[in-house]
Amino acid sequence: MTLPEGLSRRTLLVKLGIAFNAAIAAVLAVPIVRYLMSPVIHERKGGYDAWVSLGNLEQFPPGQTRFATYRNPVVNPWDGTTGDIACWVRNVDGKSFQVFAINCAHLGCPVRWFPQSSLFLCPCHGGAYYQDGSRASGPPERGLFEYGYKLESGRLFIKAEEMPTPGSACKSKNSDIVREIKPCA
Amino acid sequence: MRLIKTVVDWLGVRLPIDATIQETAGHQVPRDTASWFYVFGSAALVVFMLQIITGIMLAFIYVPSAGQAWNSLQVLNHNVTLGWFIRAMHGWGSDFMVAIVLIHMVQVFLFGAYKFPRELTWVVGILLLIVTLGMAFTGQVLRFDQDAYWGLGIGASIASRVPILGPPTVNLMLGGPIIAGATLSRFFALHVFIIPGLLISFVVVHLLMVLRLGINEWPMPGRVVRKATYIKDYHELTKRDGVPFVPGAVYKDLFFGAFIIIAIAACAIYFGPFGPSGAPDPTIIQTAPRPDYFFLWLYAVLSLLPPSMETPALLIGPVIVLAGLILLPFIFGEGEKSWRRRPIAVLTILLSAVALGTLTKLAQFAPWSPVMDAWSEIPVPSEFLQNRTALERQGALVFKLKQCHNCHSLDDQGGKRGPALDAVAVRLTPDQLIRQVIQGGGNMPAYGKNLSPAETTALVAFLETLHPAGQLPARDASRTLALDPQDGTAPASKP
Ligand code: HEC
Repeated sequence: MTLPEGLSRRTLLVKLGIAFNAAIAAVLAVPIVRYLMSPVIHERKGGYDAWVSLGNLEQFPPGQTRFATYRNPVVNPWDGTTGDIACWVRNVDGKSFQVFAINCAHLGCPVRWFPQSSLFLCPCHGGAYYQDGSRASGPPERGLFEYGYKLESGRLFIKAEEMPTPGSACKSKNSDIVREIKPCA
Repeated sequence: MRLIKTVVDWLGVRLPIDATIQETAGHQVPRDTASWFYVFGSAALVVFMLQIITGIMLAFIYVPSAGQAWNSLQVLNHNVTLGWFIRAMHGWGSDFMVAIVLIHMVQVFLFGAYKFPRELTWVVGILLLIVTLGMAFTGQVLRFDQDAYWGLGIGASIASRVPILGPPTVNLMLGGPIIAGATLSRFFALHVFIIPGLLISFVVVHLLMVLRLGINEWPMPGRVVRKATYIKDYHELTKRDGVPFVPGAVYKDLFFGAFIIIAIAACAIYFGPFGPSGAPDPTIIQTAPRPDYFFLWLYAVLSLLPPSMETPALLIGPVIVLAGLILLPFIFGEGEKSWRRRPIAVLTILLSAVALGTLTKLAQFAPWSPVMDAWSEIPVPSEFLQNRTALERQGALVFKLKQCHNCHSLDDQGGKRGPALDAVAVRLTPDQLIRQVIQGGGNMPAYGKNLSPAETTALVAFLETLHPAGQLPARDASRTLALDPQDGTAPASKP
């Protein structure tokens, strides 16, 4: 056996070995990537499509805007208080409602309602919204995020699952999960 | 003596690293790099080691669970012996580390140390800066309090604006649809395993490069870097005028490192640990979230940019800055090293420092944030109420009740989002005041629908009284003319 032949045989074996490892890595990568991407690949678990009750309608008198909280439909036992989410409920005229996310459409800080001036003000960068959630002034590019709602047996239900962000609300433009007030710029 | 030698010899055979140590400690460095200017890199390493130690100690107690993290910090602060001190050391160590890494970077930039053949050392340094900032941000999240909770919301809102990739990135970052247990767990993994792993590997590569390529010589005006000759020149210089790293240069690093540790401990003892602020309960909305010190400038930028500029600036700005930093050594890899011959470099540093400093300072006062309880907590100063008519006082009441005080100050009290109104009557005529209140504009909401005519009249009557004693309020000169065409002269009261 001549030397170059032996070398090429071993080189071939090394190359095969590397290819073998690469193949195994590629196969293993599938479950690993799926595991890592699980928050994105919405495998709709139970609860994702649930309607959440905000309580009896008597809590929300006509013409007023009230603070409400709910337990997020998708929670783990160790989520603690972070699973409790706040929102603003506006009873427009006793029949139609608006349910606003607590998060400012600028950077998600919690907006506060001032009934005296009928304004929502954001403590972070001073975004302001009118009572119907439309943008009044400041850095937000759009109005407050709105949840879809329904009235059933004297209670107010909303469809809430995801923290609204400027980008995510645009994504679900045609869904009733986070209803658009104004199209995103 | 003989015994020691036997032990050393025995070890030398079985643990053959003495050559490596000798090579590392004894390598020749240019004499004038044994300078107090060259201590920041090693100081950053010292602080990093402190962070590892204090971080591991915190992990003995800390519970990375959304429901318990905040409580475990309270226990650390109050129930564990010296728990507060370890927390404070870790928190202050973080601030010091970011600061020292930045100073190190400025020094390297001004001394031209990124030039040939150290381009990649600079690039790894940029990576180190990024992971250091990553540690600072993820660490702030682990202090799972109100600021951390809403800070995550801010991060998610920024990330979501990236076209197409934004929303999935947010879900990936939060580990689910909302900020909750999964979010904290993955930030814990990032802060404790992933980013420190990266940091350690980058540090090793960075140090290897510094060791193999040699410490940058003291830049002399006129001594120009050329790729063809630099390495030969450098070796000649170290041979002619070099000292061994140990002990020639290292003692300054040692003293400075120790001094920094003392400074961190002093801050920790004097100022104590950071927070935690309120519990991470998103239904408590009486909060004004603020980022940690090193992200304050960003907070300022986000409020000062016009809304339409914000998304482009947020998405393109970092790319440009990063590309600039990484390309720098490849574009300016040769030429003068001395800052005396590089005025643009010096100006860049000065401008960046002034800009960052100003933005940080501004963000500490956050004049753009409304003072959310000014309308109910702060009184109208009495000099604005004395000798006023009932209507004018009624207007002061409207001013309070309609939250004007949250955005406007009187006598320096109240919000600074809008201009101070102490002398607004001198600037604006009654018509202009009405227009501003009803229609808003600039960054002010329109109050048209929320003020009755009576309230508007009272409010403007009050605003009309807001002028210094000797100065009369502004008037529209044409108004008297239009209302009273007989009297052709300008009104006598016009200032
Ligand atoms: C959300 C914060 C905010 C609130 C609430 C607010 N303002 Fe303003 N206001 C501003 C800003 C910002 C400006 C500057 C507008 C501009 O740039 O043109 C301003 C401007 C003004 C001006 C013009 C000042 C000048 O010197 O040009 C007046 C007058 C005024 N506001 C009165 C009021 C009154 C009265 C109220 C309550 C009914 C009120 N504002 C409520 C933010 C606010």
